Amino acid sequence: MKISRRQMLILLPAAAVAWESVLAGTPEESPNYKMSEHWWGMLIDISKCIGCGNCVRACQIENDVPDGYFRTWVERYHVSDENMTRPEVISPDGGKEGFPVAQGDEEKYFFVPKMCNHCADSPCTQVCPVGATFISPDGVVLVDQSYCLGCAYCVQACPYGCRYIHPQKEVADKCTLCYHRITKGLTTACCEACPTGARQLADLKDPKDPIHEFLKTHSVQVLKPQMATGSKAFYNDLDGSVR
Amino acid sequence: MSTFKDAGHLFRFAGLFVLAFLVFLVVRHFVVPKSFGQYGHYRGASMGEIAARPVQFAGHEACEACHTDVVEKKKNGKHAQVNCEACHGALAKHADDPSTVKPTLPDTAVLCARCHTASAAKPKGFPQVVPAEHSNGLPCESCHQPHSPGMDAPKADAGGTK
Amino acid sequence: MSGVEGYMYPNEITLYWSVLIVLYPYITGLVAGAFILASLERVFRVEAVAPTYRLALLTALAFLLVAPLPLVLHLGHPFRSPEMYFTPHSTSAMAMFGYVYLWYLMAVLVLEIWLDYRREIVLLSQSSKGLLRLVYRVMTLGSSNISERSLAIDDRVGWIVTLVGIPSAFLLHGYVGFIFGSIKANPWWSSPLMPVVFIFSAMVSGIAGVMLLYMALTRLRKQTIDMHCVDTIAMYMFYIFIIDFSLEMLDLIHRIYEADESFRSLDFMVHTKLYFSQIVVQILLGTVTPLILLFLTQVVKFPEMVRKRIYVTSGCLALIGIFAMRWNVVIGGQLFSKSFLGYTTYKMSLVTREGLLVAIALTLLPLFFLWVLVKLLPPWPEKSAQTPAAAD
Repeated sequence: MKISRRQMLILLPAAAVAWESVLAGTPEESPNYKMSEHWWGMLIDISKCIGCGNCVRACQIENDVPDGYFRTWVERYHVSDENMTRPEVISPDGGKEGFPVAQGDEEKYFFVPKMCNHCADSPCTQVCPVGATFISPDGVVLVDQSYCLGCAYCVQACPYGCRYIHPQKEVADKCTLCYHRITKGLTTACCEACPTGARQLADLKDPKDPIHEFLKTHSVQVLKPQMATGSKAFYNDLDGSVR
Repeated sequence: MSTFKDAGHLFRFAGLFVLAFLVFLVVRHFVVPKSFGQYGHYRGASMGEIAARPVQFAGHEACEACHTDVVEKKKNGKHAQVNCEACHGALAKHADDPSTVKPTLPDTAVLCARCHTASAAKPKGFPQVVPAEHSNGLPCESCHQPHSPGMDAPKADAGGTK
Repeated sequence: MSGVEGYMYPNEITLYWSVLIVLYPYITGLVAGAFILASLERVFRVEAVAPTYRLALLTALAFLLVAPLPLVLHLGHPFRSPEMYFTPHSTSAMAMFGYVYLWYLMAVLVLEIWLDYRREIVLLSQSSKGLLRLVYRVMTLGSSNISERSLAIDDRVGWIVTLVGIPSAFLLHGYVGFIFGSIKANPWWSSPLMPVVFIFSAMVSGIAGVMLLYMALTRLRKQTIDMHCVDTIAMYMFYIFIIDFSLEMLDLIHRIYEADESFRSLDFMVHTKLYFSQIVVQILLGTVTPLILLFLTQVVKFPEMVRKRIYVTSGCLALIGIFAMRWNVVIGGQLFSKSFLGYTTYKMSLVTREGLLVAIALTLLPLFFLWVLVKLLPPWPEKSAQTPAAAD
């Protein structure tokens, strides 16, 4: 890196101060983060996803996700002319190492990243017998892993298959929308790692959030709308064959 | 009164219930975590615990604070929107202590191929090639500079500390 | 991925609810069914089934004591289970479990058994020796009043307890059906019929169970089986079975007719992965066969020996069939993908905490408890001061 010593003397302390403020405290303690000012969601743009699997790998690194289980994963759909309502779907190891090369340029293929939808009317928090999973005041569905019994009722209740029981901790686990990052002003690990901008964090309470703006000016869909879960993972360009 | 005498055993049974209930109330007072119910039917303190997890990815703004020359090279190129750690991996530890924690350079043969290997499944407008046919075995960086990979960009070194 | 056909969401490939979760509704079903049989005599004054009254109550208690074990063994953190008592979540059917269980155990079953046996308990506390004497004395709660008046009060209160016990039994088992029936994410489970089907099949299994136990224990004691009693029990079992079968057929016909988005996937599953357990075991062997056999006993006058054989066969088949029903609900509901594009396999382990051996042990444990209870509180007329029930 070609920085002069002079630049270094100025830049390093500035960067250090910036970094410290990033690392600062919990949502209640941090003066910069107020839960009531946020209502988090996600935008996933199917037209931009290239199935590289960066998001799946980044999530695993950021959150210590055990092998064989997925807080996020990518599916590849192949909709053939003969059977447009029954697609062929694959997700090799959740798409973690990408996908095999697909043949047939005239065929209809696309990638669909999946994750916890952080539902506003979530069926999973409804069924927890003790109150170990809940939606935070800022719209993130979380699991209190020191309170969870590991009964797996929430896993059964999720229509999207985004929950699992952690094999070592024996409690429910799932995407936390990188709560430890978004409360510090960072974006989620999957959004940070996505090279094409197919995944973008959205703050539905922030009128100036460009993603919020996108949601208002484009046709977006949610998965399984008939379940009326109040899903906050919005998809752009979602095909009707997606399950 | 004789009814009560003859029903004495029932009062004892009920008494057991009342006693058990009182014990339960006392135990409950001590056992239920203090922050439970603060925001809803859950332990309010758990949100702070979840948020206190250390980060692994620094986020591109942390990188850009120091590596301004790379920012310059990237900003008009095709990878302008590709974040640093999308290729360089999780580097919060490096941002925390730049001099002692050194990131390793990614292997372009694997890295570039992940996104740019041609597949019918990828969006049509996305730049993709068949790696074996494209470069005759030459490494990607022979012709493309990763921070500004367009062929018209100068093939100076990519920048960053080696 | 081994055992997976088609596409499953990655987190769906493992089954999270094992054979222990199949066993739990089976056990509480036996409890509820046994209690309903007991209430036939106590509340509905069906005198014919009186010989099984006390046995039914003890059977219900023996199974109820075992009921929490499969749940506790399944939990990732069993020592956190008291949280269900301290912070039950009012929107969760499962949170009900702690309180409904405790209510049914203490305020219904234990209370009713205690009231019915109190006279014997007091007498035994005076006549036994050693540790047993202490046990009986504790059970008297310090009161040795067995005057006519107190026993009359017991009888009246016991009647009320049984009356309250009937909806309590429905709640104890019905809420389990609701646990499954209220999950909109799972179309195999989601149905308002689920609690009702669970309750009626529970009654069949409980009645069949007590009938078989009565016949077996009477044989072991070298006494004569009261055929009028058994005939009556079988008749009730038959009618309740008809209702249960009708409800299950209604669910099936409704599914086939509406053919919603899940239908093709579920239909394929029933014809392949669940073929043996659902079509063969649950429906043909476990429901249709006993129904036909019982129907024959209702319309044809068979000699006693033949009737006994039919009842034992039907009872055993019904018990197996209703276990299969629980299996098909719990395991079947996890074998297909919620994407409706694939299936997985249940790999039941043998020796782990949630494996087959534990399941077998938990099925046999209630019989052990029943043996202890029968020794402690004999249900048989000749050992108690109660007059035996009239033969007709």
